[in-house]
Amino acid sequence: MLGTGSERIALPSAVRDVEGLRALLVARGGEWEQALAPSRPVRAAVNQAMAHGDTPVADGDEVAFFPPVTGG
Amino acid sequence: MTVRIQAADFDVGAEIAALRRGNPRIGAVASFIGLVRDTNEGGTVAEMSLEHYPGMTEKAIEEIMVQARARWSILDALVIHRVGRLRPTDQIVLVVVASAHRGDAFAACEFIMDYLKTRAPFWKKEQTGGGARWVEARESDDIAAERWRLKG
Repeated sequence: MLGTGSERIALPSAVRDVEGLRALLVARGGEWEQALAPSRPVRAAVNQAMAHGDTPVADGDEVAFFPPVTGG
Repeated sequence: MTVRIQAADFDVGAEIAALRRGNPRIGAVASFIGLVRDTNEGGTVAEMSLEHYPGMTEKAIEEIMVQARARWSILDALVIHRVGRLRPTDQIVLVVVASAHRGDAFAACEFIMDYLKTRAPFWKKEQTGGGARWVEARESDDIAAERWRLKG
């Protein structure tokens, strides 16, 4: 959807949690804003563990945003 | 307790035989097999592709199995989930739970499957007559998983 599988970014000091990172990406506009808008059912993981909006994010962490899962 | 994510098909009989081989404490084995249907949301599905999040998917399923072991008396368990291109009638997922008595095996098998549906990162993309579409999550799956929380 975003045309990228992964990306490495330097974390601004103002971003401390998953919600903050999501807002940073939404601010890029375009498809980022569409895909990660607050109204979208987006799930997140930090270092490969399911996370919530208030889960802390630090430099070096692996953060993933994805749609609700549909396996099984 | 074993988790395997693979493109290849699996032999249910061989997997169950291997899981229970030589363990006389096992008195019950419950299994669930998920299959590709040829219809979904009113459309005909010709083929689907399954993606996952390598690393996290295995961890998420292992965590679900650890939770199951904490709640029920389980002697062994196995989850195999396929990824890649699949067609109707293909096997997608296998859950096997072995225990001394059937109650634990039945409950843990259903719990693992319900949690896998809502917590393990897999995504299905269907090829239908109208093109490709990502499968949307079902609210009924969330409700199924939530039941286990209430029962605690």
